[in-house]
Amino acid sequence: MSTVTKDQEKQRSDVILNYLRPRKAMPTVWCAGCGNGIVMTAIIRTIDNLGLSKDNVVMVSGIGCSSRMPIYLDFNALHTTHGRALAFATGVKFARPDLKVIVVTGDGDALAIGGNHFIHACRRNIDITTILINNNIYGMTGGQGSPTTPAHAFSTTTPYGNAEKQFDPCGLAKAAGASFVGRGTVYHTPQLEKLITQAIEHRGFSLVEVISNCHTYYGRLNKQGDAVAMINDFKERGVPLAKAQKMTPEELQGKYVMGLLHQDDRTEFCDVYDTMMKQMKGGE
Amino acid sequence: MAQKERVLVMGNQACVLGAIYAGMRFYAGYPITPSTEVAEGCARELPKIGGRFIQMEDEIGSIAAVIGASVSGFKAMTATSGPGYSLMVENIGYAYMTEAPIVIINVQRGGPSTGLPTKVSQADTMQAQWGPHGDYTAIAVAPSTIYETVTETVRAFNLAERFRTPVTILLDEVLGHSRQVVTLPELGELEVINRVKPTCTPEDFEAFAMTENFVSPMPAYGDGYRYVCTGLTHDTHGFTTNRPDEIAPKLYKLRHKIIDYRDEIVKLREEHMDDAEIAFISYGTVARAALQATDIVRKAGVKVGAVQLFTIWPFPDEQIRQLCGKCRKVIVAELNMGQVINEVRRVLPPDVEVHGLQRYDGEILTPMQLVEKLEEVI
Repeated sequence: MSTVTKDQEKQRSDVILNYLRPRKAMPTVWCAGCGNGIVMTAIIRTIDNLGLSKDNVVMVSGIGCSSRMPIYLDFNALHTTHGRALAFATGVKFARPDLKVIVVTGDGDALAIGGNHFIHACRRNIDITTILINNNIYGMTGGQGSPTTPAHAFSTTTPYGNAEKQFDPCGLAKAAGASFVGRGTVYHTPQLEKLITQAIEHRGFSLVEVISNCHTYYGRLNKQGDAVAMINDFKERGVPLAKAQKMTPEELQGKYVMGLLHQDDRTEFCDVYDTMMKQMKGGE
Repeated sequence: MAQKERVLVMGNQACVLGAIYAGMRFYAGYPITPSTEVAEGCARELPKIGGRFIQMEDEIGSIAAVIGASVSGFKAMTATSGPGYSLMVENIGYAYMTEAPIVIINVQRGGPSTGLPTKVSQADTMQAQWGPHGDYTAIAVAPSTIYETVTETVRAFNLAERFRTPVTILLDEVLGHSRQVVTLPELGELEVINRVKPTCTPEDFEAFAMTENFVSPMPAYGDGYRYVCTGLTHDTHGFTTNRPDEIAPKLYKLRHKIIDYRDEIVKLREEHMDDAEIAFISYGTVARAALQATDIVRKAGVKVGAVQLFTIWPFPDEQIRQLCGKCRKVIVAELNMGQVINEVRRVLPPDVEVHGLQRYDGEILTPMQLVEKLEEVI
């Protein structure tokens, strides 16, 4: 069994500190134990491993707990209006295809108010990596039901159980034409880092859905315990794709299928536009 | 010297020509009558000159993409009409807060709501100032002819870049869809202003620094100046703040970078105002009728003059006071139920009688209607 030395531990945390903004941006708005910090760490390690220049990364977000992330990270930050991150990001990417554009969003931001931009960004297959942190609830406004709040689950706006059915963000993205779709959880962090790496390297629209915990609201209202209890639950419910393919639909009830769920090599939007532009100039 | 280019263009195409002249290379939009020809023109012309055109999924996405392109270093614009402008309003507010230079063309149609898609109106004049919630000072310009549409579009981009702020161009259905032969300005003939970029080191960079004229140098993403661009109220570095001593200066900056330089922004035309006892005040399409009415009435020996507003916002308080303060009467003619008239009343001394000629039935005001109004109030 390998052990991590104090020096190695310090090295690992120094990497994180290198990507955080000065103290003025801190502290974060996130509750202790929130999964957003785990996802932020995974993103930092991925970008560090890929050796991307901070100057060439633009992190775009909308409104919500997870959408605060670009304010804390030392990249070009565009913290926008509720639901509109992907539309702003489309402007950035189309204007500057040489920049790496990453959108951080939540289930309410991406799938309710931003649902239209979400499906059209997928359809357009523009080279944006979207990290959708799904905690099944609106955290920032205090625990209201979201498009991924499961049927019958409790929130402050579904006090007698949710009468609506939930969206499957990955299924939605694939159906809308995204060329990379994957899912991870905040428990399975090495797998999550690998998935985010693949998503950033993919040329085209990539979605990484991260199952995360809002113990403050979702956990409390649905008696799922504290952060540790909820994250342990993801450990039990996370099933790698290869294993899931051998399971029956009944066995998959209540499970999260993890890994790269879909990838195709459809041509990316900015590339198509640039090719068109070159052909037109050649034809004149 | 080569012959100047004379072309037959419609108003909606004229603003494409003006925008490209000013250096606009990014357009995002969504089809809506009566503005659609602006999008079609950009779709056709921009790829030819290395520019980028994208049709977004709605107006909200369009204005968002335009702001995204602006912070990435582009001169960017969108065009729409009433219902689309209403949808854009939240993100126009974001552009005020983040001081993003963008241009929005509003080819006005009748409202409220879906209203009159193919009929003329000037009823969005107040919305151009007070669309988004919160405190800020808007810039809006209004041409009245096809040639002015070219030059005012160039001016709108100049103002956006100079002041780091959104600028609205108020066209209307008649202007957008009418055609005239115009002689296009040659390159270098009109001034083109570009935003000031930072020259300091990234370590010394303050994204929203309080400068002498309140306008902070603006980098593009990728230039090496990493900062937080947020719609939340922020300090001079862009960090979100709840501190009263940081909130007030930010709002003061948004207002005073415009209002303290009003004379630089105000543009108006006066005809026969030297000895005018009665004055027409108008803007946009109506200004053409007012100029013609002035000529007609002058020939009959009445001391009438005309003031055409090119800059609607910020309102030319001082200029209107100087030009019309000695008139006995003014007639404010507009295609709405009375919007600019209230600004005129606000700035003129109480002994100047202010009359309104308002049409809001989807038709234009004719010169004879202005003449009749003058006969009525004289």
